[in-house]
Amino acid sequence: MKRFDQKRGLAAFLANLRRLPDTLSYSIFRHGRPRSERGRSQAVFSSLFLHLHPTRVHVRTLGLTATFGLGIAALSFFIILLVTGILLMVYYTPSTELAYNSMKDIHYVVPSGRLIRNVHRWGAHLMVIVVMLHMCRVFYTASYKAPREFNWLLGMALFVVTLALSFTGYLLPWDQLAYWAITIGANIASSPRELTDALGITQWFDPGGLQKELLLGAGEVGQDALTRFYLLHVMLLPIVLVMLASVHFWRIRKDGGLGRPQAEQTSGAVGQAPDLVPPPGGESDKTWSLMAVVRDRSAATDNEPGDTVATWPYLLRGELVVFMLCTLACLVLGVLYDAPLKEIANPNVPENPAKAPWYFLGLQEMVSYSAFMGGLVIPAVAMVGLALIPYLDREAEPAGVYMSGRAGRKIALQSLAFAVLLAVAWVAIPVNFGWLRNWFPGIPQIVIIFVNPGSLLTLGYAAWSLVILRNTGSTRLGAIALFTCFVAGFVVMTYVGMELRGPNWDFYWSRSHWPVH
Amino acid sequence: MAGRLEPEPIARRDFLGLAGWWTAALAVLGSLAGMVRLPNPRVLPETSRRFRIGRSRDYPVGSMQVVPDKNVLLVSRREGFAAISMVCTHLGCIVDRSETGFACPCHGSSFAKDGSVVAGPAPRGLRWLEVSRSIDGRLTVDSGREVPAGTWFRA
Repeated sequence: MKRFDQKRGLAAFLANLRRLPDTLSYSIFRHGRPRSERGRSQAVFSSLFLHLHPTRVHVRTLGLTATFGLGIAALSFFIILLVTGILLMVYYTPSTELAYNSMKDIHYVVPSGRLIRNVHRWGAHLMVIVVMLHMCRVFYTASYKAPREFNWLLGMALFVVTLALSFTGYLLPWDQLAYWAITIGANIASSPRELTDALGITQWFDPGGLQKELLLGAGEVGQDALTRFYLLHVMLLPIVLVMLASVHFWRIRKDGGLGRPQAEQTSGAVGQAPDLVPPPGGESDKTWSLMAVVRDRSAATDNEPGDTVATWPYLLRGELVVFMLCTLACLVLGVLYDAPLKEIANPNVPENPAKAPWYFLGLQEMVSYSAFMGGLVIPAVAMVGLALIPYLDREAEPAGVYMSGRAGRKIALQSLAFAVLLAVAWVAIPVNFGWLRNWFPGIPQIVIIFVNPGSLLTLGYAAWSLVILRNTGSTRLGAIALFTCFVAGFVVMTYVGMELRGPNWDFYWSRSHWPVH
Repeated sequence: MAGRLEPEPIARRDFLGLAGWWTAALAVLGSLAGMVRLPNPRVLPETSRRFRIGRSRDYPVGSMQVVPDKNVLLVSRREGFAAISMVCTHLGCIVDRSETGFACPCHGSSFAKDGSVVAGPAPRGLRWLEVSRSIDGRLTVDSGREVPAGTWFRA
């Protein structure tokens, strides 16, 4: 048996103990402090959480107006929601008998419960706003174009999941607001019955009833609905969102980072890995690295080192600032304004007016013309239309220029004016003159379903963008017209639903004109 | 020549590979079908939709009364009794009674006194529910059974 010097063993032990902080940190981080260029690169690519970033980014990526940090803001709000949501789950009980009381507990008894709940509520609202703005930024800078088409689709899916998360969270407090918003939502899901009823085939084919039963697990909103919404809100949808978001982020890098104008790109063959065919005139002595074999964009191929800065610390610092601003916004709003909690749910007395959360009020306005068209068909058409944009508009275009220049700005302004006027007109006509049923009392239901202000508005917008497409001969300008119409219509309808509709969904210029009971 | 009767020969390796893929696909589809069936309840967990509303003399001819907690308006006339559901046929809000009939607070549908649609987005009139008499002589309403509008129950 080998014999050790006892003193040396002790000395080594002490030395190792002294070096413990260094060895421990090295075993985790595998690199020294990020002081040199190499160290900074290592800090990024050897960390699971940071290696999603390239080690260097183009300086343009850091400019405020390039992105306004909206994507990172959406992620920041999601993280805030995840943390506060888990905290709320400590006390919340998803039972019709206990849910409302646990909300009261969280609000009045639990230490800092009120603030955590308020932050969760505000985070949700802000996340919806930021996701919408992010979508606008990506659209207007033409960042949906090849090769980023699929990431646009992922973004649309994330938008839908974000709304679904907000909607499912809306039921959980089990107050009047929650109960009636979900009753309306579930009945929108069953609204294909309008059509099947009008055709007289509901008995045999009832997709509306099936959708409603899948959502509620019952004929009306009750314990089963609460269980399902809770499951969706805390489990299924967050998992789906995390998975979609991971692919979304990964694709950003695969598609060559943030889109930017051609002029600022350097080499001629933009970002495309060169073919492995030897150039004419003999064998090249160039050797290709693995990146060249991958037939895809790589973040590195179209960058000159001179245009780039190290991710650590520049990009990470920017992301941290955005995250802190988001947290600050949630905290300030959460301290100043309490999340609402109305009386406990009462299935016999609806709220008057019963309003959905603000981002659904545009839909609710459309639903007040026809549940099937306004609640299902028009949103579906709008979503499909938006999803197809990157596949139908394939003009080679510098990404990263807002509105793609002067012509685009002009079209966007014209479309804005047109869309707002048309939306206002379609709201004003029924308010002042009534609609088909008032004019022709015996009119068949099927006509009422299809011919309503909402569907006419959608048709008007589609026609307008086709006209722009024809007149300008540019699919990009047509897309700008369509998207601008969509955004303007959404804003006008949401405003009408929020501010101008009162009891019985009647039109009022202001809340102060509402009748007093 | 390859045709329908004499197909192109397929290598054993390809055949086994394809068979493997199809088996895997069928297994996935089968388990998905099983999983999708689960959240679709076969029996809806609800209380009975039939309820007693009292004796016929509690509802004198010419009266219209809302049955407490049931969202049903009981109309009594010389022709008999009728129960009109007060659940809006648009999106399920509870309608209020108005001077001309009913008005929905949620999306502004309005209905005449017999429940037919006058204005707004409701796709159809309010439902008329089956009224009957139970063995002990009390009137019973079944909110799960609809009867054609204009059906009066003679007590």
